Amino acid sequence: MPDITETFSAGAPRELALKSAPDLLAWTCPAPLRDQPRVVMGHGGGGAMSAELVQHIFAPAFGGEVLAQLGDAATVSLGGARLAFSTDSFVVRPLFFPGGSIGDLAVNGTVNDLAMSGARAAYLSCGFILEEGVELSVVARVAEALGRAARTAGVEVATGDTKVVEAGHGDGIFINTAGIGLIPAGVDLRPQRVVPGDVVIVSGAIGVHGVAIMSVREGLEFGVEIESDCAALGGLVDTMLSVTPDLHVLRDPTRGGLAAALNEIALASGTGVLIQERSVPVPSAVANACAILGLDPMYVANEGKLVAFVPREHAEAVLAAMRAHPLGAEACVIGEVVSEHPGMVVARTGLGGTRVVDLPIGEQLPRIC
Amino acid sequence: MKYIDEFQDPELARRLLDEIHATVTRPWALMEVCGGQTHTIIRHGIDQLLPDQVELIHGPGCPVCVTPLEVIDKALEIASRPEVIFCSFGDMLRVPGTGRDLFRVRSEGGDVRVVYSPLDALKIAQQNPQRQVVFFGIGFETTAPPNAMTVYQARKLGIRNFSLLVSHVRVPPAIEAIMQSPSCRVQAFLAAGHVCSVMGVEEYPALAERYQVPIVVTGFEPLDILEGVRRTVRQLERGEHTVENAYPRAVRPEGNPAAQAMLADVFEVTDRAWRGIGVIPGSGWRLSSRYREFDAEHRFSVTGIRTEEPAACRSGEVLQGLLKPNECEAFGTTCTPRNPLGATMVSSEGACAAYYLYRRLETAPTRLEASPVA
Repeated sequence: MPDITETFSAGAPRELALKSAPDLLAWTCPAPLRDQPRVVMGHGGGGAMSAELVQHIFAPAFGGEVLAQLGDAATVSLGGARLAFSTDSFVVRPLFFPGGSIGDLAVNGTVNDLAMSGARAAYLSCGFILEEGVELSVVARVAEALGRAARTAGVEVATGDTKVVEAGHGDGIFINTAGIGLIPAGVDLRPQRVVPGDVVIVSGAIGVHGVAIMSVREGLEFGVEIESDCAALGGLVDTMLSVTPDLHVLRDPTRGGLAAALNEIALASGTGVLIQERSVPVPSAVANACAILGLDPMYVANEGKLVAFVPREHAEAVLAAMRAHPLGAEACVIGEVVSEHPGMVVARTGLGGTRVVDLPIGEQLPRIC
Repeated sequence: MKYIDEFQDPELARRLLDEIHATVTRPWALMEVCGGQTHTIIRHGIDQLLPDQVELIHGPGCPVCVTPLEVIDKALEIASRPEVIFCSFGDMLRVPGTGRDLFRVRSEGGDVRVVYSPLDALKIAQQNPQRQVVFFGIGFETTAPPNAMTVYQARKLGIRNFSLLVSHVRVPPAIEAIMQSPSCRVQAFLAAGHVCSVMGVEEYPALAERYQVPIVVTGFEPLDILEGVRRTVRQLERGEHTVENAYPRAVRPEGNPAAQAMLADVFEVTDRAWRGIGVIPGSGWRLSSRYREFDAEHRFSVTGIRTEEPAACRSGEVLQGLLKPNECEAFGTTCTPRNPLGATMVSSEGACAAYYLYRRLETAPTRLEASPVA
């Protein structure tokens, strides 16, 4: 190899031969990027781009008052009963990951959407889209996992459908589930009920599912011993509602993570959310993986956690009940609702500064360095 | 994580802040060179905790931000070709070129893949001998060595379907350019610690002497930043201008000789355009003649693409500390990370994006303290 001293000599600075010193006032920037004319991955990221897709294309096309609720699950009245109704599609890769599989997600995702309305899931539908060439043993393993998860959650798969697409037109297995459940009398969970003074509680450590998935994704295998937190939250919600039916809102912070869930509530309720960054439970394995990848745990997906906005007078009792439940053992208070900065989530940093916790735009992208 | 948690300790931070407050007697303007440092400062609210006299000017050290529009346009052109698998670090995908970005190319059928190491791109080239695999090699002295190693490996292993689109940049010439600007207000630098872990500190004493500025090699955790500020302010108050290494756990004076040797073998110094700044002589690297066959610009004949940067935003003033990002009239209205007017709004390490993400709220901390969490 050549002598490096020529290029990297330590003597006088290289003669820059600047023809004239640059006037930094003339520094310019590029033109704005217009909206995407095609679907890009960010439209599925659960952040601002996903919301725009719904607001600008789906909601106007479908119309309807129920859809306008735009919650994780819709609340509908039918024959005198109040039902929660929700659907979710699952396109996770790889199909099996530490702590679960696409089958577990397909049940728990929909069950949890219903649970966030206070409903215990009663029936699920299940649609499989299979890619030509997928091994039947893999389909069987997914189906078994799905059945097991349904029994654990106490929900019955009542109807289903199967389609097959040509090789190359799918990604192994896609699953869609929809579910319905009864909402108990006296329970009314929606962001509009949030008021300043409410206490914000998370049911446990955040970022676990997203990091578990990333740790086994092709091209990014890293040695982290962490399993997905994928779980059905109906039981935990029942426990909380048994303390008081007067919870204000619940969310399971899946895509977009805790940051997206808190922002949605702040926006929909017109209140401000103030969190204490050091109170947010982030396991060291998650923090480390995120530090390496340049991600923020606040934006990483969870599949077995919820965030609750609870009237201050009930907070202590609800927290105690959550901690007595296996899925809420590490529940803790992370912040409160304030009348300042309506529609915004603000974090008090560990050092005592403050920062805005924004809604993610699209996909979170690993940083370059 | 070891070497991270202990450098975020609030109690130790408080002590450093107390010392900085006790030391400072006059206004000083410091520039943190690296975008990673800007990110830490804004994310942790460090600038809010410093004395009013200490002003942090956010430097041009964000690799995503300074990659010229022209290079992005070349990347978009190459990535659009059917025979190409275009590999990149993730945050380059959202950087706007003329009218589109790599996400758009992907949605139009281009094979654009996010990798976490350039060596992964080389592996993809080995697995797809009938395709052309291109890695987008951008960044400072930090990302250049692995990219050099990848090209070195490709040549050694005879992997001919791999090439590198190179737009590497070097920090010291940028510091010179800043100091030579007629409107420069920078009085001291927090040098980029990770750049120095590769290149060492030997490039800096002459700069400190020539421009009479303290240069403190600084890390990236909150305590690293505060220690860098503490040492810089101490020098300024004493009228000194030496080079100090405040990041010894990562930076040796001589840097990483093996990485430097690899760089010198694979790359050669060239003039380089910086997005929003213009050409800075000697501020970049390109593949040396021995490795020219791996240069994607030549392989795909895109050397003819010439893009003018339209004047639209005020990042030049931001980068000099004449304007804080949130004082710009476009900030948060016509210019957001979703629709960036300028490169400094694109990457999370860009000063404008950091302000947008963390600092749209200019609420006095006292107001927040009035409502403690139960």
